[in-house]
Parts: sequence; C-alpha cells; structure tokens
Amino acid sequence: MRVRSSNKAMGSFVGQRPALSWAVHLSMLFIVFLWLFPTVGLFISSFRTADQISSSGWWSSLSTQEQQRSPIRITGTETQDKGLYVVVGKLFSSEAVVLRAWGTSSKRPNEYQPGATAQLKRGRSLTIDADGRYRFTAQQSQAGKRLPRVFTTASSPPEFTFRNYDYILFQGDNSDSMAKAFLNTFTVTIPATIIPILFAAFAAYALAWMEFPGRSILIAAVVALLVVPLQLALIPLLKFHNEIGIGKGYLGVWLAHTGFGLPLAIYLLRNYMVSLPRDIIENARVDGATDFQIFTRIILPLSFPALASFAIFQFLWVWNDLLVARVFLIDASGQTTVMTNQIVELLGTRGGNWEILATAAFVSIVVPLLVFFVMQKYLVRGLLAGSVK
Amino acid sequence: MSPLMQGVTIIVVGVGLCVSYFFLSNWLLDRVFLPARGQHIDRNINRANAIRPWLFLLPAVIALAVYLAYPVFETLRLSLFDRDQGNAFIGLANYQQMFSEPKFWEALTNNLLWLLVVPALSTVFGLLIAQLTDRLWWGNIAKSLIFMPMAISFVGAAVIWKLVYDARPAGTEQIGVLNALYTFFSGAEPQVWLTLPFWNNFFLMVVLIWIQTGFAMVILSAALRGIPEETIEAAVVDGANPLQIFFRIKVPQITSTIVVVWTTITITVLKVFDIVFAMTNGQWETQVLANYMFDKLFRANDWGVGSAAAMIIMLLVTPLLIWNVINARKELK
Amino acid sequence: MTELKLTNVSKRYGNNVEVLRDINLEINQGELVVFVGPSGCGKSTLLRMIAGLEKISGGTLEIDGVRVNDFPPSLRGIAMVFQSYALYPHMTVRENMAFALKIAKKSKAEIKEAIDNVARILQLEPYLDRLPKALSGGQRQRVAIGRSIVRDPKVYLFDEPLSNLDAALRVATRLEIAQLKEQMPDSTMVYVTHDQVEAMTLADRIVVLADQSIAQVGAPLALYERPNNEFVAQFIGSPAMNLLSGTISATGPQTTIRLDSGGTARSNVPSSAAMQGAAVNVGVRPEDFSLGDANAIADSGSAAALFSGQVDITEALGEVTLLYLPAENGRIIVKLPGIHQGLRGQNIALYADPAKVHIFLAGQSLLTYKDHA
Repeated sequence: MRVRSSNKAMGSFVGQRPALSWAVHLSMLFIVFLWLFPTVGLFISSFRTADQISSSGWWSSLSTQEQQRSPIRITGTETQDKGLYVVVGKLFSSEAVVLRAWGTSSKRPNEYQPGATAQLKRGRSLTIDADGRYRFTAQQSQAGKRLPRVFTTASSPPEFTFRNYDYILFQGDNSDSMAKAFLNTFTVTIPATIIPILFAAFAAYALAWMEFPGRSILIAAVVALLVVPLQLALIPLLKFHNEIGIGKGYLGVWLAHTGFGLPLAIYLLRNYMVSLPRDIIENARVDGATDFQIFTRIILPLSFPALASFAIFQFLWVWNDLLVARVFLIDASGQTTVMTNQIVELLGTRGGNWEILATAAFVSIVVPLLVFFVMQKYLVRGLLAGSVK
Repeated sequence: MSPLMQGVTIIVVGVGLCVSYFFLSNWLLDRVFLPARGQHIDRNINRANAIRPWLFLLPAVIALAVYLAYPVFETLRLSLFDRDQGNAFIGLANYQQMFSEPKFWEALTNNLLWLLVVPALSTVFGLLIAQLTDRLWWGNIAKSLIFMPMAISFVGAAVIWKLVYDARPAGTEQIGVLNALYTFFSGAEPQVWLTLPFWNNFFLMVVLIWIQTGFAMVILSAALRGIPEETIEAAVVDGANPLQIFFRIKVPQITSTIVVVWTTITITVLKVFDIVFAMTNGQWETQVLANYMFDKLFRANDWGVGSAAAMIIMLLVTPLLIWNVINARKELK
Repeated sequence: MTELKLTNVSKRYGNNVEVLRDINLEINQGELVVFVGPSGCGKSTLLRMIAGLEKISGGTLEIDGVRVNDFPPSLRGIAMVFQSYALYPHMTVRENMAFALKIAKKSKAEIKEAIDNVARILQLEPYLDRLPKALSGGQRQRVAIGRSIVRDPKVYLFDEPLSNLDAALRVATRLEIAQLKEQMPDSTMVYVTHDQVEAMTLADRIVVLADQSIAQVGAPLALYERPNNEFVAQFIGSPAMNLLSGTISATGPQTTIRLDSGGTARSNVPSSAAMQGAAVNVGVRPEDFSLGDANAIADSGSAAALFSGQVDITEALGEVTLLYLPAENGRIIVKLPGIHQGLRGQNIALYADPAKVHIFLAGQSLLTYKDHA
C-alpha cells in the first residue's frame, strides 16, 4: 500500500480549478488569523501602558492613531517675564506624538489649531504648538490656583514598553511579582516530569518485553486508569498526605503528578517499546545481557523519541496545572505559589489591570510556547502514538 | 541558600533517589543475592529474571495503586459517610442532598451541554483544517499555529479570552474585540458577555474548542495522510468531485480515528475545571461538575457532597473506561 | 563428536497448540546443518529453542554433552545471526561487535584484538566506526556475522540470514558464508531457510521439517535422489515433482504400475508380491521425462508411454523449456533442455528412465523403496 509522501500530491491532479485553490488559501488564512488573534492581543497588550490599554483596543496600537486623549492639566513652575506670569512645559512625554487640535472646554475639545493662542478669562492666555509645548501667561500670579485643563486630539505612532515586564519580574517585593512563582513552577515541573518518566520507562519495559504472571491484567489496569478523573483523587490523597506527614509541599505535588502522569507515560512508552524490533532485544539476550543491561544500554537510547514525547506532555501538563498545585502544594503562607495560581489571584485582585494580567499571563505561557515550537515534532509523534490505533 | 540553589538541590535529591532505587536494587539482585556465577549459575540467572520484572514495576505499581486506584474506592466511601457526624455511614444522604441543590443540576446540564458541543465542534474544525491544510504548501506552518494553543495553560487561555470578551461602559472605546465588533456593526450597547446566562456557557466553550481543535487536527491530519493514495486516485478516475472524495472516500476510512479523537476530547471536557474556575468561577449559571466539586470540597468544606460529585464524574467516564479496556484487550490478543 | 543433540524435543503453546513434536537429531562438530521447510513448519521455533529464546516443552537439548534446557542463552555457548541482522542501531560497528564481550567483562585489549581479527576476515575494517544505517544490506549482514564470530561460540545459529537481501546480493553472500565455513572447519552451524537453493548449496545435511516434525534428514543430493515421502519429493527440486496415481500391476525387482491416466510406469524400485494391486503415487521430476510421439505409440501399442497428452502451455526460459499438459488433477510439468516452442498444441508421449521413477504408497506418503537405498 502506498501512502502519500507529499502533501502536494492532492494538488497535482490534472484539471483542478484554480478558483477552488484560491478559496482554500483564503479560508485557511482566515482560520489561522482567527486562531492567532486572541494570543497576539495578549502579547501586544503586555507591551502597552495601562493608559494605552484602557484608551484603545490593542489592534489599533499597531498603526499611527489619531484620537482624543484624556484631559491634561497644565502644571509647571511660574516665572516672570516682562510683567507677565509665565508657565511653560510639554503636554506629551513622547516626542513622536503630534497634536492635531486642542481646546480648553470639554464642549469644544477641538476649538484651536496647533500654534494658535487661546484667550482665557481673567487675562490669561495659552499657546500650544504641534509638538505639545505650551506657554501659559497670566496677569496675576496663579500660585495656589488651579491651572486650566487642556483637551487634545493627537496622533501617536505605535509605542511599546518593557516596563510591565520589569514590574512583574524584577521589582521583587510587590504582591504582583511573578518571579518567585516562576522559580516555584520550575521546582515543581522538573522533578514532576523526570520521576514519572523514570518509573514509567522501567514499568513499560517490563510490560512490553518481560514474561511474568499477571502482565496482561496490569496492562488493562493501566489503560483503565488512563481515564480516571484526577478529581477523585483530591480528598483521599490530601488526607493520605496529612496522615503520612507530607502535608502540603513539593514532595506531595511531585508524587501526585507522578501518580497522575504514570498511566499515560506507561501506555505511550510501552506502545513504543513493543514496536522495537524483537530481534535486537533477543540478540542482546544471546549476547548475555540481563534485562537491566538491555534496558539501560539498548531500550533507553532507542526510546528517545517516545521519552521526549512524554516529557513534553508531562512538562506542559505540570507547568500549566492549577488544580493539583492548589490542592497539594500551595499552603496558606503562599510561599510556594505557582504561576497559574498567581494569575488566578491577579484575576481576583487586578481584574481590570490588563497590563499586569497580560504580562503575567505571557510570562507564564512563554516557556511552554518555546518548548512547543522547538519540540513540536516529538509532541505530534507522541499524540499519534497515544491515540491512533 | 538562595531560592534558586534550594530548588536545584531539592530537584537533584528527589530525582537522584529515584534513579538510585533502580540501580541499587538491580545491583543487589545480580551481585549479592543471585550472582551469575558458581555452580548454580543457571538457576540464579533464571530466578533473577523471574524477580526482575517486579523490581522494574514496583514504583509504578505503588504510585498507580496509591494515587489512582485507591482514591476511586476511598471517594466512593467518603461519599457514603458524613464527616460532621463522626464519620457515620449515611447511605445515599449526600447524594440526596446534592440532587436537591439547583446548583448541581445547573452543573450537570451545563456539563452535558459542553459534552454535546465541544467534542463535536473541535473534531469538525480539526477535520476541516486537516483537509484544507493538506493541499497547501504552507500547511505545516498553519497547522503549527493552530496547534499552538495546546501549549497554553487553561488559566493563560482564560486571561487571553477574558481580554477578548472585555466590556467597557457604553460610549467609551471598547478594548475587547468582541464588543468592539459588536458595537461597530450593530450600534447597540456593549454586552458583558460572561454574565449573559445560557449564552455565556458558549463563550467559555469557545476557549476549550480553541485549544482542542489543534489536537483533533494533528491526529486527523495524520489519519488523512495514512489513507492509501490509490483509493483517492481511483475515485478521481471514477469522476468524483473533491467534496465527494472527502465525504465518501476519505471520511469513511478514518472513522475509527474520528471516534478516538471524539472520545479523548470528551474525557477532557468531563474534567474541565480551570477555564470555568478562572473565568466565571461558576457564577451567572456557568457552573460545571468539576468546579462544583471543587467548590464543595474547598469552600463549603463538605467532603461528603464533594465526593458524591466526584463519583458522578467517575460514573460519566466509566463507559469510556470500559470501552478502552475492551479495545486494549483485543489488541493484546 | 556430537556437538548438539536433541532427544524427543517438543514445543507446545498453552496446553493444546503443538508446534513441534518428537524431534530427534544429532549434529556433529564442524557440520553445517540446514533446517528447511514451508513457512509455519516450526523450523525457526526449533532454532530459537536451541538458542534459548523459546522454552523447551518436552525432551532434552544437549550442547557439548551438557543438558542445557534451562540455561539462559548466554550460558549455552551459542551465537545467533538474525534475519533482520538485529544490529544495535545506536552503536557503531565496533561497539556492536564489542557489546557481548563488554557484558562478559573482557579486557579492552582482548576486545580490540578479537574485533580487529574478525574485521580483517570479513573485510569490515573501513566501516568499524560507522553506524549500521550507513551500511548497505550486505555489509550489515557481514557485521551481524562478525558479531557472532567475535564471541567464538560452540554453535552458530543462522535464522534466514539472507532473506532480507536482494537476489544478486543473496547469491554473493551465500558464497561468502560457504567460504567462511571453509575457513572455520571446526565450527558447528545450524542454518534456517525456506529457500531450497540455499539449503542445497550450503548444507552438509538438510533437515526437512513438515507437519510439526522432521520429514527427512540427509545430505542434499540424497534428498533429491531418494526422497522419503511425497512432501520431501515435492519440496526439494523446482518445479516440483509430478505425482500420478495408479496401481501396482507387476511386482519383483522392478515394479510396474498401471496409471489411472492410462499410461504405464516402470520403476527400478523393487516390490514384494504382497504389493500387487496396491494403490500408489508415481513421482517423476520434470527434468526426468523424455519425449516421444504420441500418435506413433498409440499405433504400435508397444512400449507404453508413461503419460500422453496435449501440450497446452509452453514457457521458454532460454536454457530450458517448460511444457504443461493438462491431467486429471492439475498439470503435468515437463522440463526439456533447449527451446521447444513448437510443441504447443502438439500431442506428445512422455517416458522416464525406470531408475528415476519414484513410488509412494498412496495415502501414507511412505515410500516403498525405503530399504532399497
């Protein structure tokens, strides 16, 4: 049976209609756009200031925007010049913002052109240039009095900042910090990935290539446990951990993740190991190797693709887990919080602060995304091994 | 000691202990208890080979027994007892109490709604995308991008979609894309999507569909490629159009894969917790079983009803469990 | 000296599935014995039982005078070459050959000497540091053989070692194995194949396996010339021997059989008077027929032909021509040297030298001339 080797084969039939092919291209482009849009939104928002996020949708930040800005009150130190009291300053912190129109009343926010001078009450006047520099003059000292507000319409080019990341990652002490949670997540994830692989690899080899009574029952049990919802395990295991004195902590969460990850790990690895050529293993047996030597010197090196597949699964699953960490790890002190939990906390306390939420969320998903794109080949292979029969 | 060093130490010790178990136990077996030398060499080797499988299996079997098998029975027991009355056996009282709560029925109906919608749409989208990308030179890039949400945590996805659903008061600029489009096209007041009863369930489901479609697509795409080219060529020669080829030639040949994808997503849906927990926490009539259970266990501190809810989830999974085991046994033979 | 001795060896899976029964065989040191038989006859199972990869259900297996039924493979002093070569894909050629020696805790110097020596014999020196995937099929097979030689075993076991090679390479490698055997006259080899050409060319003795047991053991030409039963007769030789049913019409030092198809066969196989009228099958190899003109015979009525009929298909292979004549069950095949395409559609009469006509008792597959050899 010949299986298609190239994905272009379908396109190579004679007489295919080009219009159809264009429709395929366009609809796929649309779907990809649809799928990416939400994530890109988060990514871009994490580089915007709180003001920018709340004043415009993130999609408009990619192009130069002309928009009405929130009113700015004139401030500055007063100096005397030719008998006038003068305040000078600049409306915008960025050089790139260009003033299009301005006004001093909320009813007519676009009353004046840049460079024009507005005559205000009580002998005061205000001039604002296109770059946002202003000159305010008055006949009497304005000390102690409120200076006027300015309404502006200005165009600004795309503008991004790393301040959110700095705040979330490096300003250590604030309660929004993800730094500790980041470290804790690693501490949870690495052993919780390696230990089940280790246990599962040995068990999978035994189930694949060793002869012993009860083997097929064990295999069936693994398949059955594959679908047991971990929700069932929460209370009994929390009780169990308290009884044996582990309580809440890293050890407990590692063990829990090990237990929950094992069925899939054993299943995947056994399927892979069974597919290794029998001759190689028998040859090693004839060569005098014990099963332990066969496992460490031959099976393990040859099973690398399957080990990598499961490692990625388990890494993603543990890294992204919220439930197990909340139940088995995080105690009242909050010293051992992980990133998913920190984000949930932030959703509660900082629900409207999208610059913080977006940045925190992006910090938590950047590592899995890297792993995903670098190791995608193994991830796909593992998925196929796990579900296609 | 810095937290980093501390973390590294914990990691090294934990992993090291596990590795040394395997090496030490096998070393003891081969060198001390049943050495491969002396006059009983053949007997020793054969006995060592009979014992070794259990050395290999021991940690995994213990972990599976303690962390998955035992909890099933313990949860069943807990659901029949009451903690407040000194662990008295109370029969089905916990279940009765649970069935009398409207929140439970809300969770159950919502869960069934999820079961109907999410596996179906994820599989259909997955199949559609798998078929469309199959013809494209940039198909692999497209698939990779659609597959990407798979790597994102449910919590991260919740944040991403909350931004999409964000609502600002009428008259101000909408920063959530859904409201921006909605107000632009309909001119109506912006909606707080996640608080619209019934419909908000679908806004939550979108998140899971967004994540699971990639999974379905990857597997179905591989299945489509596994279809023998000859059958398609034969259909082309027979004059079938692309739609007919897809529905009459390709889909029937990958039915078993479609079923596998469907059931896998079904199991995921039954366990869905994080999305609801992070986005609405079950308010506005979006409760689901897993979150209902979590609520009972850790907020109301009612282990009895919580366990009863867990047993309901188990009950829903059981047919799939049996089906899986039967299939696996068939394969072993 | 007997190196390998099987006594009443049998193999069952579960309680009822019998794969092999009552295998009795002695293999001497320095012998190359080939197990041959149709697929599913248990020849590979027998080899794997000798190797220790399958449990022996009954009987005893002795290697070098020691009962090894319960020995793990590594203690039996055997080496095995697999059909798929079974090279460790993640190890270089050198590491592949060194693996068994390392497990046996041999010194580095010893290992190096053994490998260099074998690499020279098999001309593997340029490839020692390559991975198996960088080698051609023939080279891989040589590495697999080299890996077994390095261990210096008492018995070499080959499990269809050539069947993964293409036709040309198979012939070349077959010759190499024959040469190798000559270089190591003291080593004992057991070789499993389904290819009768390999069996005929390589073997000192051939063991034909059929129906879970040994059908015949003997030197290659002995099996060709004196097959013990219909199975061996038809298995050895290509195209297979023709079988024609009939009854014995005359007994004595020569036997005459009246064939059901009307012809008469004479064989040098003697028969006792008691055999008169017995139903038998007459076997004649396609290459043992000679040709006569059917019409002429029919007229004269003398010197009756063995078979006469019309040629319905001819296949010209160049050096020989195959003729097919319809008979009551199937076709009679005749192999004539040279080119005879003109015979298609002709009526011909077939004769055979009585020395080359075999007789098998119908229904029992037993040969009447068994004691005659």
